[in-house]
This record gives sequence, C-alpha cells and structure tokens, in this order.
Amino acid sequence: MDTLAPVAFDVARIRQDFPILSQPQARGRPLVFLDSGASAQKPRAVIDAMVRCMETAYANVHRGAYRLSELATESYEAARAATARFVHAADPREIVFTRNSTEAMNLVAHSWGRGVMEPGQAVLISELEHHANIVPWQMLRDDKGNELRVCRVTDSGELDMDDLGRKLADGKVGLVALAHMSNVLGTVTPVERIVALAHAHGARVLLDGSQAAVHRSVDVQAIGCDFYCFTGHKLYGPTGIGILWAKLEHLDRMPPFLGGGDMISSVTFEKSEWAPAPAKFEAGTPPIIEAVGLHAAIDYVTAIGMPAIEAHERSLVDHAMGALSEVPGLMLLGRAQDRGGVFAFALDAAHPHDLATLLDRAGIAVRAGRHCAEPLHARFGLENGTTRASFGLYTTKEEIDLLARALTEAREFFR
Amino acid sequence: MSGLFDDLRDLYQEVILDHGRKPRNFRRLEDADATARGDNPMCGDRIELFVKMTPDGHIADAAFQGRGCAISTASASLMTETVKGKTAEEAKELGARFRELAMTGTCPDCGAGLAEEMERLAPLSGVHEFPSRVKCATLAWHTLNAALDGTKEASSE
Repeated sequence: MDTLAPVAFDVARIRQDFPILSQPQARGRPLVFLDSGASAQKPRAVIDAMVRCMETAYANVHRGAYRLSELATESYEAARAATARFVHAADPREIVFTRNSTEAMNLVAHSWGRGVMEPGQAVLISELEHHANIVPWQMLRDDKGNELRVCRVTDSGELDMDDLGRKLADGKVGLVALAHMSNVLGTVTPVERIVALAHAHGARVLLDGSQAAVHRSVDVQAIGCDFYCFTGHKLYGPTGIGILWAKLEHLDRMPPFLGGGDMISSVTFEKSEWAPAPAKFEAGTPPIIEAVGLHAAIDYVTAIGMPAIEAHERSLVDHAMGALSEVPGLMLLGRAQDRGGVFAFALDAAHPHDLATLLDRAGIAVRAGRHCAEPLHARFGLENGTTRASFGLYTTKEEIDLLARALTEAREFFR
Repeated sequence: MSGLFDDLRDLYQEVILDHGRKPRNFRRLEDADATARGDNPMCGDRIELFVKMTPDGHIADAAFQGRGCAISTASASLMTETVKGKTAEEAKELGARFRELAMTGTCPDCGAGLAEEMERLAPLSGVHEFPSRVKCATLAWHTLNAALDGTKEASSE
C-alpha cells in the first residue's frame, strides 16, 4: 500500500473515472464539485460493481440453499473482509454493517451505552462534533441520567487537550466519543494521544471517522481505540451502508440493537438467543448491493493508495490556504496544524446562502449552513452558519482557484 | 471572469440588495399589538415580527428584527413597508399572492386590487427559479400570518 508514491497520482486520469464530472451542467459550465464532505461522487468501478451484482450475482444472503444466494453471501462477506483490511482490523467479525455512521454511533449508544457502560459513568464529546455524535449521547443521558461532558475547542479549531485531561481526571468518564476529523474545521484530532489519555483514565474511545477515513489511512489497532465508524457514501461508495468497527470483546458483551431475522441463533415465543457478532447487530436483510459497492470503493481507493490520496489532499490544503487567504473579507474557520480538505468560511459581505446561490451559478457546488454542527458554529459566534468547500480525490488546484476568484467576485456583487 | 454572476441580477435586483443591506423598519415595536417569531431551522434564518394596529383594524406599523440572508431580510423589509395601512385581511391576501409569486414567478390574481402593492414585491419574483431559496422569501410572510392569527410562531420548513 505504501509503494505508490505521490507522483503516481494523476488527477486528470482519476477524474475520468467519475462519470458525473464530465456531465455538462446548466449554462454549459463544468461541474466544480466542492461538497465531497457531504457526500462524494462515485467512480465507474463502484457503479459497475453494483450493476454487475444485480445483473449476475444477486439474491438474499445467509439464507438460500442455492448457488446464487451463496454467491451473494460470498460477495457480502468479502466486502466485510475488505473493510476489515481497510481499517486494519484484527478480524472481519469486528466489522458491523450499518446504514451509515449515524446508525453506527446510535448502535454504540444504544447497545454499549445502555447495556455495558456502568450506570453513573459520563460520556465525553467535544464542541466540534457533528450532530450524529451529539444527539445519541443526549438521548442516552435523557434515558439513563448519565452526565454528558463537552471538551472545549481552541480558537484555532483544535481540541483543547488540557480541557480533555481535566474532564477525564475524576475517572468517571466511561466513553470518549470524538470526531477523527471535523466536518467543519478540517481539524484532524490527535487520536493516539486521546486514546492513551482516555484509557489511562478508564474510558473507552469511539472515533467518528466519517471524514477521516476518506482522507487518510486508518489503522484501528495502531490508534488503539475501541469503536470506529465511517460511512460508505463519503468514501466514493453508495449511500445506505456504514461501518462500525469494534473490538470483539466489546461486541460480544453488547446486547443487540435491532431485533429481527439473521441476528438470532434460535427463536421461540418464550425466548430468543442471539447470533454471535457481527450477525447479532445486522437484523433483517442487510445492504447487500451497497456492500458490493463499498467493496469496489475500497478496492478503488486502495489501488490508488491512501498515502497517495493523502499527499494529493495535503497539496490541495496548502494550495487552498494560500488561495483563500487572498480573498478579501474572507474569514476561515479553523486553523488547525493537522487538517484535511474541508474549509468552512464566512465572507463579510454575503450571507452563506446568498453565497452558495452565487457559487452555484459559477458551477461550484458548496454547502451552506451549519453542516450538522450547530453548537460548533455557536462556539465561534457564527449563528448564520458558514459556507463550506470540501475536497475529494478528484479535486484540482484549478477548481480551488476558480472558487477563490468566484468568492472575490461575489464579494463585489454584494458590496 | 467579469459577468460570472450577471444573470443573477434577476434574483438579486438592486432593490433586493439595497433592502438586504439596509433593511427598513428593522427595529422592535415596544407597544406592538401582535408579535410572532419565524424560524427556518434548516438555515438558521430567524425573524421576530412586530405589528401595531389602529383602533379601526388597520396596520399602523410593522417592524422586524432578526438575522438572515439577503433574500429573507429584503423580503421582510419590503413586507413591513407594504403592509402598512392595510387591514389584516388585505395583508393576508398580499401574503397569499406573494407566496404564489415566489413559488411560480407569476400571480394570476394580481390584477384584481392591491396591484400597486404587488408591484412593490415583484423584485422578489425571481426567487421562483431557486427552489431552495423560496422559503427565504416567504419566511416573513408566514411570520406575519402567525402574528395576525395570534399563533406566535411560524416556520418556513
């Protein structure tokens, strides 16, 4: 995987893999897609794999005593194995397929939070979390009465590690649940340090890898965390499939999340017995075609090489820092040392929604609003929200330059 | 690259930009007879509307506070100017026509009375080409309905 040097990264060739990037847009302008942080575009390899599955190898999994069902089951389990390799898991049984990261975090909040975590233990999150890593813990708190602590974020948009230490110090935190990379600030959090600190205080660690897993190689064993989740659709795969990785020792102790078929070993009207993990957490017909698509997406990025993708994005980040800092009146939110290709900003002369409408006219797709991180925007006093440009492996420096020029012209438009 | 946004002058006409930058009646009415809050939870736009009535049921004054994009601010500003002197019924009728205008770009009923008032609101008709922005333009009018009906809260979602 580390054999591919960054020089091998040919963005023009990569762009040809994504059919939508060559689709003509309104007014004949090419698509400048800078909203990959919300959901990424899909390469031909993913599209074809899903079509091929439906055309040649589709049936329900884990059920049919016939060849086609066995084929589909093999494909589904191969996707699990590929996902395990992708995050460097010790065992494919540690991979649970969910609907998305949100469901993965709800699964942990429900099954581990209500079934394993000691009563009275606190959950520690941070100010930079996505709502998906806030609301499930609030629901747990409201249900079980346990404390919800919030680690502060510094003015530069980094986790306040001193505050993290302070909030862990009394040993009452059962779980630290944090983003591996902020979907607004781009900040990459120091996960190894966080895990060491949390474990030293007896807390487990869940990492929301929705953004990070797209941008850099993830090794859950090296990080040492207890739970890690990410979602397929941001990784150039389909919607409808997400991943929870958890150490088997945790999964084995956790009660099921949803009940139904496929998650039991026996059912009578008196009592049901649970299947072992991961089946215990995959009630009902799973996202079979989506798993095949995710597998293709993982193969696609792995063939390019996560280190090469990371290097490309690093050069985009450096370029964007330069280009955006030259836009008059632009305030970049977050100046973390370690950051990925997500830039949220406010322009003095324009509201984020007006700005997004203008940029759309220039063919530039960006997101405007609070990006499912309302408390973070409140922390920085940006109740109107921000405009966010987020990069994918197909993003070019020319697109970032166009964004910077369009922002400059948009400012003139509104002044 | 000049002209990148020229075709957006239909949406952001000078009168819109002007009202967006310098909203009229942007203040509280401490002696308001009716107030309501309008929220657009998706984008964070929020207005608080104040209406003062005359003894014979006409709108004596209308004012607002809040935050929002140029479209929602300009729409609220134009609305407060337009409804002054109208009865509650006339104001609601204007709101109904305006919503039609914002959603479709035309208003078939607009010839029948209140034509002058609708003319003042016409600069916002361009919003119909931007479905995700229609709610920005209609938030103030939803909020006015809530104030006049005494329901206190409105959402343009």
